[in-house]
Amino acid sequence: MTQTSVMLDPTGELSPAVRARLARPESLAGKTVGLLDISKPRGDVFLDRIEERLTEMEVTVKRYRKPTFTRVAPTELKQQIAGEVDLVVEGLAD
Amino acid sequence: MTPLPDGLIVVAKRDCPTCQLVEPLLADIERQAGPLTVYSQDDPAFAAGVRGAQYDSTLEHSFRLKTEFVPTLIRVENGEEVERTYGWHREDWQRLTGIQGLGDDLPVMRPGCGSKTLEPGFAEKLELQFGDTHLHAREIETDADDLIEACYERGWSDGLPVVPPTPERVLRMLRGTDRDPAEEIGLVPPDLAPCTVEKVAINAVMAGCKPEYMPVVLAALEAALTEEFGLHGLLCTTMFAGPMIIVNGPVAKSIGMNSGGNALGQGNRANATIGRALQLIVRNVGGGRPGEIDRATLGTPGKYTFCFAEAEDSEWLPLAEERGVPSGNSAVTLFAGEGVQGIVDQKSRTPESLAKSFALALRAVDHPKMAMAGDAVLVVSPEHSRVFIEAGWTKARLLEELEQLLQFPGEEMVAGAGGIAEGLPEQYRDKTIPKFRPGGLLIVRAGGTAGLFSAVIAGWAASGPVGSSPVTREVKV
Repeated sequence: MTQTSVMLDPTGELSPAVRARLARPESLAGKTVGLLDISKPRGDVFLDRIEERLTEMEVTVKRYRKPTFTRVAPTELKQQIAGEVDLVVEGLAD
Repeated sequence: MTPLPDGLIVVAKRDCPTCQLVEPLLADIERQAGPLTVYSQDDPAFAAGVRGAQYDSTLEHSFRLKTEFVPTLIRVENGEEVERTYGWHREDWQRLTGIQGLGDDLPVMRPGCGSKTLEPGFAEKLELQFGDTHLHAREIETDADDLIEACYERGWSDGLPVVPPTPERVLRMLRGTDRDPAEEIGLVPPDLAPCTVEKVAINAVMAGCKPEYMPVVLAALEAALTEEFGLHGLLCTTMFAGPMIIVNGPVAKSIGMNSGGNALGQGNRANATIGRALQLIVRNVGGGRPGEIDRATLGTPGKYTFCFAEAEDSEWLPLAEERGVPSGNSAVTLFAGEGVQGIVDQKSRTPESLAKSFALALRAVDHPKMAMAGDAVLVVSPEHSRVFIEAGWTKARLLEELEQLLQFPGEEMVAGAGGIAEGLPEQYRDKTIPKFRPGGLLIVRAGGTAGLFSAVIAGWAASGPVGSSPVTREVKV
């Protein structure tokens, strides 16, 4: 069971308490996009189509696959993806 | 807050044998002595037969009554407390209740127990809920099961684990100073964000400080935020330096700082956490982070923390006194310091020989062919200082001699001399060049009692008015 804890902000409070998402890139030109298949059935169908569309846009695509959707990705795989691509698209469900 | 009910008040808890001893008397007291309020700290059924019995589940009443022991018996007249007694003292209870013969069959005296309000962890929670201390920092709620990891994720750490700044811990830290949590110490660069005593306390918690270190951390921050110290430039520079803290005076001993063996190293909580607290304030309040505004090419391990005390000796004037702080007062001196360069001289037995060794080593600050750029702190160990003290050399004498020894002919120092492109402009060729600007060399005594070793701590190459000057501030204990 999770419990909510409170900490006092040690910062100058110049940015919002809820952390902002990373800024989305303005364009995909010149970027490498990773497609992570989490090993759920038919995830590949969705990701194949995304790859097709991205390739048409002349974006470099790299494909990755988690061994099983029941576990978080192995550290090696996360490090490999982080080292090889600028963005990741992850299929999260069937 | 509701006014105190007139009559008698008893604060008790079931867990306390003395409270159980007096429990049967409470109904009699209510009947014979008028209005009685009983606050039970742990059991809703305590004194169940008494009309005025209440379960003090939040402990608010116990806290507001400043209860330290149970049972506590208080007499209130016209909304004001007139008398109280702790534990069971038959004579006191008879006087306060006005009932002769009360508890005549009980022992004359039984001590009570500690109030639940003072159990570990309760005092701060109650103070935050019902007390007068108001904290202003934004509350960050998290579902994280590991708060240390949550601090990392928010970017609050220097790379080492920080102590999660919970409100209770921050309140305990604030007990280390009389200053108002809302008082502003100054604007911390680079964001020029206002830093209150409370923000100092939050970062001191994270650094691992004890509350009694607070006055030193506050003085160090005050010194660091002066115009002369130039913290903004120091933290932006591509060079090595970071704020280093030298502590003088009785506070160093009273909070257990290390000025002896390994004084510049690890292992002492006060040394380690005071220096770290200052750096966390720069990082968190000021927003000065490496890779962002901190552009250091290499940095130095001292940027995690760099703080030590002088091993003061009656024969050598302590640094703070040299800089105008009255003897017997405590002070911090902030210095923009790089790393530690050892001076090994195990053969010199005369002050002349040892001073020459020191001068040779000090010449290497920044570059042996540069001058009046970086300041330096010379840390003289006890065994080395003895060579001077036994020969009658004061610290001031050593400084004078070093200033004489650290004058170099310009022809050795100019660019190109010695086949080295680095060096001073050609115009200095015919001049005699002092290595350090006036006031740019500080001497402190520190270290273990064994070892004929001293050390140079080079300063930022932009020392002096152009960048950073050492700043001394008294510690207000």
